[in-house]
Amino acid sequence: MTTTIAATPRVRRRSKALRENAIAWLFVGPFGIVFLAMLILPLGFALYLSMFQKALIGGTRFVFLGNYAKAFTDPAFLDGVWFVVRFSLVLIPIQMAISLAIALILDIVTTRFARFARLMIFMPYAIPAVIGALMWGFLYSKNFGPIADFFAAFGATGPDFLSRGLIFYGLLNVVTWQWAGYYMIILFAALQAIDPTLYEAARIDGASQWQIILRIKIPLVAPALVLILVFALIGTLQFFNEPQILRELAAGAIPADFTPNMYAYEQAFQLANYNYGAAISFALGAVVFICVYIFMFATRKRGSFLS
Amino acid sequence: MSATRIERRRPLRKPGQLPLQIVLAFLVIYFLIPFWWVIVNSSKNSSGLFGGGSALWFATDIDYVENFRQLFTYGGGIYGRWLLNSALYAFLGGIGATVLAVLAGYGFAKYRFAGRRAAFSILLGAVMVPTTALVIPTFVLFSQAGLTNTIWAVVLPTLLNPFAVYLMHVYVRDAVPDELMDAARVDGAGEFRTFLQVALPLLRPAMVTVLLLSVVSSWNNYFLPLVMLSDNRLFPVTVGIGLWEGTASTYGAAGGESLWSIIILGSLVSVIPLIIAFLSLQRYWRGGLTIGSLK
Repeated sequence: MTTTIAATPRVRRRSKALRENAIAWLFVGPFGIVFLAMLILPLGFALYLSMFQKALIGGTRFVFLGNYAKAFTDPAFLDGVWFVVRFSLVLIPIQMAISLAIALILDIVTTRFARFARLMIFMPYAIPAVIGALMWGFLYSKNFGPIADFFAAFGATGPDFLSRGLIFYGLLNVVTWQWAGYYMIILFAALQAIDPTLYEAARIDGASQWQIILRIKIPLVAPALVLILVFALIGTLQFFNEPQILRELAAGAIPADFTPNMYAYEQAFQLANYNYGAAISFALGAVVFICVYIFMFATRKRGSFLS
Repeated sequence: MSATRIERRRPLRKPGQLPLQIVLAFLVIYFLIPFWWVIVNSSKNSSGLFGGGSALWFATDIDYVENFRQLFTYGGGIYGRWLLNSALYAFLGGIGATVLAVLAGYGFAKYRFAGRRAAFSILLGAVMVPTTALVIPTFVLFSQAGLTNTIWAVVLPTLLNPFAVYLMHVYVRDAVPDELMDAARVDGAGEFRTFLQVALPLLRPAMVTVLLLSVVSSWNNYFLPLVMLSDNRLFPVTVGIGLWEGTASTYGAAGGESLWSIIILGSLVSVIPLIIAFLSLQRYWRGGLTIGSLK
């Protein structure tokens, strides 16, 4: 008797905790199911698929990491990886510098025109990457683009951004155009959230506009910059839409295995080699994940995400 | 939000803003040039396009009506169907992802449950998994389940949006005070009533932002539907225009040229819905977009 009475509050407390747990999982559960079905399961399945090889004779056989060994010695895959890495190294600093510069300008200029400009610069974000690439493809085109017209007016030949030599810059421009506005809005909002009394204090101490920008504004938006860098890195390493669309317009300048994702697509859906395609996808995913994770870890103190 | 308040407090005109405004004007021109090109050139027929007139100005005959008629009748009016498909996928995927994100974000922010820490770190890790890495294995799984070439093949994967959950978590944590929830509980409201009647109204800006972001990513999706769908009547507008572009490039002189004018107009029409959504919902997303980057 006595023991049951003594145990009651503990049992009740435990059942209350259980009830809380159950309620919490009711909230988190639906997403959890989608997460398992659409992320964990495909990832596991990709790993599984990637460990087999389909041969014309003998059917499918287990090769363990054989596909990865093949991928990391396959010049088509390595060239693709090298391209997206090079592309990220050029693109991301340019994109961040442009979006930060615009955000800083918009933080200083407060006219109605500046508000209009903010919206217009953001606009490309609402455009599908496919359509954005197509629009720029038209502008680059020798048939109906203004670049050719413009240079012809001076009796010169315009640069052909759809040619093998310049496609890198052509793509660089498309992606910068598409994303700079979105990053600018994030940075702009971060700038607007800074307490203006900091500027007053700095001015009283004799700081110039430039010093305020370099010593107060930029350090205080550093977490937003880190976030942007991570987004840009994840996005660029899985580059697919823009080169895939410009391929049709840029005859010969963009091969089918231009980026790792395009190569995986070609392997899986044009050559029906799902195992190797899955291996490339998984390898790319792992590379992206590890790169970003290391980066996040290195900048953890300043970033707000993950800390 | 606080941003607009600060904006208003600042003095409106300061000296030395003119050069910066000129810089802004050049930037606006750069960012708008592709739109301008598309608006101008969707008024041309193929002789206007290829006839060598100015690429950035209208040809002598402005032919929007005829191009519109062709756009919506070509291939049995398939373009209208693509637009509706895009809207359907964006609507189902966007609403679904938003509902899941609101529920999960609330759960993570307001309950200290067993397994929370582990689940949350897995969630943060998932933000860094590139979604395209999942497309090929998801395709093989779906084809074994007989789901490829159905709308579910496009909608189900878009329900997954770990970043939206993270955004909602941050927003709920800051916008819904524990004291308010406790007060509701003391008044006898159950956990779900507390969520629906106390928390949900406070989350509107974040919900609009997450909805808008998911709708945009679904509307703009290309790789996933390209892989999943083979019946062109199920295509969203991005894949459909990509298909036309391929046809027009391949058959260049042999009838491909006439396709370009409807591709150009089709591109223009396909971007209008999202531009309208962004312009009309401005006051929501401008506050909401910053959630992830501010503490």
